[in-house]
Amino acid sequence: MKCIIIDDEPLARMMVKEYLQSYPDIELVQECNDGFEGVKAIQQHQPDLIFLDIQMPKINGFEMLELIDNPPQIIFTTAFEEYAIKAFETHAVDYLLKPFSKERFDKAIQKSLQQKEKATTNTHELIETASQSAVQSNRVVVKDGGKIKIIPVAQIQYVEAADDYVKIHTADGVFLKKKTMQFFEDSLQQQQFIRVHRSYIINAQLITRIDPHEKESHLVLLSTGTKLPVSKTGYAKLKEVLGI
Amino acid sequence: MPATKKNNARYIPIFIGWSLLWIFIQWNVLLKFGLTETEAIVDSYISNILLGASCFLVFNNMKYYLPKQEKYWFIIAISFVLSCCWLLLVRLILWAIFKNDEHYISTLHQSSTVRFGFAFLMIGCMSTISLLWHTQRDILKTDEQQKEILQLAKDAELFKLRQQLQPHFLFNSLNSISALTATQPEKARHMIQQLSDFLRGTLKKDDHHKNSLEEELQYLELYLDIEKVRFGHRLQTVIDVEENIKQMELPSLILQPVVENAIKFGLYDTIGDVVISITAKKINDELEVTVQNPFDPETAQPLQGTGFGLASIKRRLFLLFARQDLLQTKTENNYFITTIIIPQAI
Repeated sequence: MKCIIIDDEPLARMMVKEYLQSYPDIELVQECNDGFEGVKAIQQHQPDLIFLDIQMPKINGFEMLELIDNPPQIIFTTAFEEYAIKAFETHAVDYLLKPFSKERFDKAIQKSLQQKEKATTNTHELIETASQSAVQSNRVVVKDGGKIKIIPVAQIQYVEAADDYVKIHTADGVFLKKKTMQFFEDSLQQQQFIRVHRSYIINAQLITRIDPHEKESHLVLLSTGTKLPVSKTGYAKLKEVLGI
Repeated sequence: MPATKKNNARYIPIFIGWSLLWIFIQWNVLLKFGLTETEAIVDSYISNILLGASCFLVFNNMKYYLPKQEKYWFIIAISFVLSCCWLLLVRLILWAIFKNDEHYISTLHQSSTVRFGFAFLMIGCMSTISLLWHTQRDILKTDEQQKEILQLAKDAELFKLRQQLQPHFLFNSLNSISALTATQPEKARHMIQQLSDFLRGTLKKDDHHKNSLEEELQYLELYLDIEKVRFGHRLQTVIDVEENIKQMELPSLILQPVVENAIKFGLYDTIGDVVISITAKKINDELEVTVQNPFDPETAQPLQGTGFGLASIKRRLFLLFARQDLLQTKTENNYFITTIIIPQAI
């Protein structure tokens, strides 16, 4: 069984490493300083288990999870009590509050082993909720080729549906993310973003003009020059939000 | 309240003098009405002493009962009742003394209306004065209480603001210590020592206490040492303080939270090594401390710059110095710069 420790504090990693010594079956394949290293290491090693801190440089633990396609089992190790409930609701294997004892650590490992046998962990669910918190923190994390990009929500021009993905349009280009339109509609701040069409969520700050188009539908012109279709219900929403 | 008692005592001679004046006047008037010297003296003394007693009674009563509504009716009613009682008593006593002197008794009888009017006015005046006096005193008392409440609230807020030690800092430090115990027990012990000293500092009670810059820097050093153990080589600090300003004063523990904010901002917004620069200068007789941390303008969350840490420092400075401009932030290239200005007592 392979595992990875992702924590920005060297002594915190040392602690986990030391506790792991009593488990010869668990092989520590890499230690990571931050989420970027974490994403790479997980892709490279495909571990069974990760120990994950939440507050880390640049992207936090939850945001890092969004960037991973087949997440392994997760044990959170953090001093932040406030995310515990959320993590448990979403089937993280365990949530260790720093500083934790060897006994507590052993329990977490036992849980992990039991769950591995059953193999019923629904990690995807965890990530769905986890990433909701990430968007509410005013930014979206995406993978851009090999790099990781952090997009502040205010820089999103519009979001477009594309099969299983959504395309996030910004001034710096278009980024793909494996999420549903509904997810973005729910999590982007209601006021600033409006779902004007089945396939489009637009940044209301950028609207410059709304023109009638064919029967019962409209076209919205953004300040970037993009024209997007507006459905009948989308138009009603627009009118409500903009107060026209 | 000893001060008020003293104040009250000051008015007793005035009160007595006033009574004596009226005794003298009444004595003269009675002489003019053809009474003998003895009769006039006894009459005026008894009347005025009893009247003085009634006034004193009114004043004292109002100490315990102050009408809140219908004040003026209250004054009229109490003056009326007291005047009646006074008149009856005066007549009874004087009658008992001079009952054999027909001329006197008839004079007494005839002057009753005048006497009553006089007493009514006197007691009326006295009750009005008492009412104003006691109301004024109540207002002063409420004012004092209000001030006291405000001061207490301010102290409590200052205390709370200073107490806002980040619990995460504590837990993460404890975690580091826990990690050190197995491999480097000496270092663990040293860190426990530093953490204890740091915590002891936060527990000091006096919010208005000032520290010299030197003391504050020592305390800051303690905090930085702990953080450096936690973050290893990633965290570096440069402290630059003009030599001759080490005795300038600043509110206790104000520097550490500013630096803590900068460290968090710097460490969590960038990757790689982080240098935090702290500079202290004297500008226009005020102490100016600048803390600088790197950040990434593209991804910095807008909230972080004015995060809770800085808001509470600003509030604290405002409560202590009544100025809103003592904490300023700006960004320069990829640096976030926090400046605090500490006015010096002259």
